[in-house]
Amino acid sequence: MMMGSVPPLLSVEDLRVTFPTRTGEVQAVRGVSFTLGRERLGIVGESGSGKSQTGRAIMGLTPGHARITAKTLSFGGRDLLTMPAGERRDLRGKRVAMILQDPKYSLNPVMTIGRQIVETLKTHEKVSATEARERALAMLEAVQIRDPQRVFNLYPHEVSGGMGQRAMIAMMLVCGPELLIADEPTSALDVTVQLEVLSILDKLVADRGMGLIFISHDLRLVSSFCDRVLVMYGGRIVEELPSANLADAQHPYTRGLLNCLPTIDSDRHPLPVLDRKPEWAL
Amino acid sequence: MSSAVSTRDMTVSFHEFKALNNVSVDVAEGESFGIVGESGSGKSTLLRAIAGLVPFQQGRLTVNGRDYSNRARDKDFYRTVQMVFQDPYGSLHPRQTVDRLLLEPLAIHGYTDVETRINRALDEVGLGSGFRFRYSHQLSGGQRQRIAIARALILEPKILLLDEPTSALDASIQAEILNLLEQARRDRNLTFIMVSHDLGVISHMCGRLAVMRQGEVVETVPVEALKRREFSAEYTRQLLVASEGFRRVG
Repeated sequence: MMMGSVPPLLSVEDLRVTFPTRTGEVQAVRGVSFTLGRERLGIVGESGSGKSQTGRAIMGLTPGHARITAKTLSFGGRDLLTMPAGERRDLRGKRVAMILQDPKYSLNPVMTIGRQIVETLKTHEKVSATEARERALAMLEAVQIRDPQRVFNLYPHEVSGGMGQRAMIAMMLVCGPELLIADEPTSALDVTVQLEVLSILDKLVADRGMGLIFISHDLRLVSSFCDRVLVMYGGRIVEELPSANLADAQHPYTRGLLNCLPTIDSDRHPLPVLDRKPEWAL
Repeated sequence: MSSAVSTRDMTVSFHEFKALNNVSVDVAEGESFGIVGESGSGKSTLLRAIAGLVPFQQGRLTVNGRDYSNRARDKDFYRTVQMVFQDPYGSLHPRQTVDRLLLEPLAIHGYTDVETRINRALDEVGLGSGFRFRYSHQLSGGQRQRIAIARALILEPKILLLDEPTSALDASIQAEILNLLEQARRDRNLTFIMVSHDLGVISHMCGRLAVMRQGEVVETVPVEALKRREFSAEYTRQLLVASEGFRRVG
């Protein structure tokens, strides 16, 4: 990745997210550091590893009762932690956008798809109603929806999961964000639909030169999609790898994750399982 | 070899919608049979129709030589056939302890040696009696699925219906559950019918599989043939490509 003297799009240093509970504090993210340019970065881990909370902290969507601390959490040179809430709101959806896992739950069920895209656009830009409509339709076309006019007027429950996820991608990209966070964008979709949605996402991210953080539990998927992969375990980054060198993974957790998947062409009975060492979580 | 489960032209309709359309499958005793397909393909409906959870309008169902086509399932049936569901969060009663959950099938079927059976079932799924008086919300997803398997195995059934038993679990936990199921199958000479959208899981667990689409069986192939890429349906190829993961074009 050529970066030269250009400041990184996003820099995170020693990010911690702490949730107070009745039995004491739980640290979901414990000192995560990385920088991101206009590249595709994957974050992999199992449930509870802190991968989603890392994404949410960057986006500013951490629940109010949680505490976020970091030595640095800056986007485009601006400190996110000290930024007034109003400015943060302007940033969210405009320059930083997030795609969530399941379109069934993350789209507004009582608003047509077109109106939701137009709403995003109007929140962040001064555009006329006709222009907003045209741009929304163009965006629906960009995510390869064949009949954008028709889909514009449909409600989320009237479309399939794959179509709903494309609509969400359209909504998130319509303002031309510089950073896109995709949290398990295809986990709720059927395998054959997954590939379509991923290739649409891939093309748009490449064409528009966005930075992408791709969060997933699927190590193989992430490595085939991203340039670089961070592997998280117990709220920490245990390993960072270029996707091409996945086979050279050193950490036993990463190696375990790679090994434990059944594949069509391997015949291993029983499957190797992860032998979790307490020191991984130290 | 005699057939453990056999369906002939099974049709399940929900109003006008045909969820299953003339489905015929034969599963031999001791076989592990897989069903793959996307959501809406009817793969879960087939399992539920066999288990008696949805009625079927046409066709025949034979289990261990007995005909269940137009008959309610009796206790005998459920002592032979048990089912494990996809979502361990939804399939265990939230207000019952593990002990109550495991006691229920034993009480229904009139077993008296409940104490030993419950302890043995917990040991078998690798949990131990320390878990006996916990509630399901105090367990992790993998532990809950182990309880669901223990509940299914406690009646010593011959046939296990598995509806996406690992798709709600992390990859590392999935490996543990698949190993547990294989072990149980070996120890008890069980017949498996396993539904999954993951071709990798099915080919790991099963000897033969049916590919389903829009309520119909597209084709039935031995896993060995699948490994040699010998199959006829275009749809099977699509599933296979999809299971190999994302490839950047150009």
